[in-house]
Amino acid sequence: MEAVRSQKKPAVADDVVPTLPLYRTAPALEVRLEDFELYAIDRLRVLKGISDGLSRGKKPDEMEKLANELWKLHMRHPNASEVVNKDIISHFVLRLVYCRTEELRKWFLSMETSLFRYRFRFQTPEAQRALMAEFHLLYKTVSNAEYENVKDKLSQVARSIGQSLSSADAIFYKVPFEEVPDLVATRRVFIQKGQAFVAMNQVVSLVVTQFRTLLSKALALTNRKWTSMIREQEKDRLTPLIESLSSSYLGPDYSQPREFTEISLKDIDQVAKSSFPLCMRHLFEKLREDHHLKNGGRMQLGLFLKGVGLKLDDALAFWKAEFSRKVGAERFDKEYAYGIRHNYGKEGKRTDYTPYSCQKIISSVPGVGDHHGCPYRHFSEENLRAALGKMGVSNRALEDVLEKVRNKHYQLACTLTFEAVHGTSCDAGINHPNQYFIDSKKILESSNNANST
Amino acid sequence: MAREEIEKNGRDEMIIDGCEESKQQEQNNVIFDGVNVNYLKVYYGKFFPHADIFKWMSYGNDGKHPGCDYSYFRRREFSFTLDNDIYLRFQSFNGLSEMENSIKEKCPFKIDIGPVYSVDPAKRHAYAQGGDNVFTPVERELVFDIDMSDYDDVRYCCSGADVCLDCWPLMTVAIKVIDTALRDDFGFNHILWVYSGRRGVHCWVCDGKARRLSNEQRSAIADYFRVYKGNENSHKKVSLTGPALHPFLVRSYNEVLKIFFEEKLLSSQNLFLDEERYEKILGMIPDESVTSELRGKWGDNRRSKEDINIVRWQQLKHILQSGKQKLQGLRRCVEEIVFSFTYPRLDMEVSRHMNHLLKAPFCVHPKTGRVCVPIDPSHCEEFDPTAVPTLSKLLEELNMEGSRRESDIDWERTSLGDSVRYFQSSFLQPLLKSCKEEIEASYSAKLQESKNSLNW
Repeated sequence: MEAVRSQKKPAVADDVVPTLPLYRTAPALEVRLEDFELYAIDRLRVLKGISDGLSRGKKPDEMEKLANELWKLHMRHPNASEVVNKDIISHFVLRLVYCRTEELRKWFLSMETSLFRYRFRFQTPEAQRALMAEFHLLYKTVSNAEYENVKDKLSQVARSIGQSLSSADAIFYKVPFEEVPDLVATRRVFIQKGQAFVAMNQVVSLVVTQFRTLLSKALALTNRKWTSMIREQEKDRLTPLIESLSSSYLGPDYSQPREFTEISLKDIDQVAKSSFPLCMRHLFEKLREDHHLKNGGRMQLGLFLKGVGLKLDDALAFWKAEFSRKVGAERFDKEYAYGIRHNYGKEGKRTDYTPYSCQKIISSVPGVGDHHGCPYRHFSEENLRAALGKMGVSNRALEDVLEKVRNKHYQLACTLTFEAVHGTSCDAGINHPNQYFIDSKKILESSNNANST
Repeated sequence: MAREEIEKNGRDEMIIDGCEESKQQEQNNVIFDGVNVNYLKVYYGKFFPHADIFKWMSYGNDGKHPGCDYSYFRRREFSFTLDNDIYLRFQSFNGLSEMENSIKEKCPFKIDIGPVYSVDPAKRHAYAQGGDNVFTPVERELVFDIDMSDYDDVRYCCSGADVCLDCWPLMTVAIKVIDTALRDDFGFNHILWVYSGRRGVHCWVCDGKARRLSNEQRSAIADYFRVYKGNENSHKKVSLTGPALHPFLVRSYNEVLKIFFEEKLLSSQNLFLDEERYEKILGMIPDESVTSELRGKWGDNRRSKEDINIVRWQQLKHILQSGKQKLQGLRRCVEEIVFSFTYPRLDMEVSRHMNHLLKAPFCVHPKTGRVCVPIDPSHCEEFDPTAVPTLSKLLEELNMEGSRRESDIDWERTSLGDSVRYFQSSFLQPLLKSCKEEIEASYSAKLQESKNSLNW
């Protein structure tokens, strides 16, 4: 793919078949620089929409509808023949944008795979079969005799996911379980001796796995090309464009505290009460109460505090004061101090780790003994009520928050809590615990200033 | 991606491990008279099955066959925890004698086994210079870690690091459920269960196919086993939805969990003994009328010759499963209660990633002094954690024997003998046989291929 400065006539592909491209090779097209950027932004809107939908906990069928709407809204083109080109070009531009760090690759891979999944479902059966063939997914169908043998189990599985085993589904493929990890993970297939019995309508999972693998490899390769050649060669033209594209959409990562937010140990309890979002406040209180947090909690709270402006020395003192009451100072120095220095990039790979975003916290899976995660998602209603009451959320606002929670709008629930606690509106919404903190400080400081003058 | 994650996970894991281990440090020091370096020296000199561990970790690549990959063992990470909690990560060895010498010399309190990397982990920095991330895990056994301290909300006999014969059967049940599924559902054959030395079990799935699973595939298996969804702040522990259960859950319930719950756990843990305990179970029933009816029955119910736990459980089951309760949700309650109390609780993160370290079998647990011996899943009911040989017991036996004969291998005559023999004959031999077949098969396939391309 060539990016050229405007005016060149748009390339027209003959016989454009409206099907799903696999993006195996970059197209030999010439692309105008404006389109390069515009197409990419349109596609980003789709991916960001999917990402938001997922972090709100939308169900698969809702997601499918959402993805379809987003696609129609953003990826259309006045010139019908350009639609496929726009699809392909935007994908390859974003591949460049998102190949550059592990975090970016992970996000892009996961969103593109989701998008592919939803789009695949909208294909005709013929187109689906054609795609399967392209991936060399030539599985054996289950014979009649074998089907009769396992029919009871297959019907159990079908009922367990709220479907019934109709004769239409009687076509099953036998597939090594490794190739359908998502069906295995959600127990949506019967597995026997390593073979998963995949129903015709589950085939999408097979294809998606292949797509994901393909894209994952391609991203690693693109990254290599980017660091070894493209970045330097294109430093006056594409590089700035690409670097601005990713940051403009993912938002700041809050790894470096802003100047005005620096907190000292003596204020920390006060600040936790006034400006921590519930997820962090809860961890903070548990730590004060139990003098211990499991690893997930230490990471979530520790990185947040770093982002908030707690210096390494203060962080060590802070954690030590608590942990030593439970495990003793010596064991703290031996076993836990390393982890804290690691968070600040002073150990191991020496990466300055970034505080967790809402999306990451919402999708975490806290287990027994864990206190991390998003309270709006992971607390029972009863516990959430109590916690919000403690924060001073009025009864009326509390019901609104719970309503959002019931509809799985966890970030909106947090935004409403923010508004209830601070008594002002928060139009941008809450996307990051550190953003909650900064916004809260801003409001409190401006009202302080107003009072003192 | 590799490097960042390795460092991070490695670090996380060690911290998790470290902090759980020592919760109950003081108590156990009383029971055990201490693992000191001198005892360990003798243990590594006379008991630890270096050669068997080496054969296992080589997976047939130490043989004479031209298809062997001689770098295989060399690329495996070992990690030592020395006295004073010094961690040595990324240890790797050329062969048996180098490994054996290093273990004997350093005398680690704990040996962990990590993945097989793309290159020798000891030389990872040299490879990292290129920035191409070539240092990455390529193979690793599929591992599971089940820890009794995760069952604290369902056992009343002990808590934390303690186990007794009343709660240990929860581990037995976990072994049965997971082992059966690994074999029958996933088709694995070479599975090693190991006592973790104090209050849990580890599982190593060693089939070639298992070792080559990606992180995503490992996660999928871990999630397949997950029914326990809950954390400290929500009380819904097990959620079984849908009009039917998956065949794996049905089998686990019918063949293992139900019987264990009704015939053992109910009475041994006195699950319905008093109000506090039965309220916990009633809390899992989302229907006021049912719970208040049961409360009424149990409030003044006294003196009966029968076991109160069994009586109350029968009453609860009767109400929930009677014709009146048409609602699917309530019927499922009985199963949810049984699953909550008995279904295996895996430490998911250990299974999800290739680069998680796990303690090697036959280590001596530094706090209890017990040897991490294998457990035979087909006789796991018979396993008694309180009868597992300790380091000091082994040394005693060695002293007694020593006065009689000189020759023979030392472990054979001690109480560790059966464990080593089980490891060799039931795990290692069949494993190495299939490894050799696999090497042979892939070698001849390669030959065939090159022949074909020559012809062409």
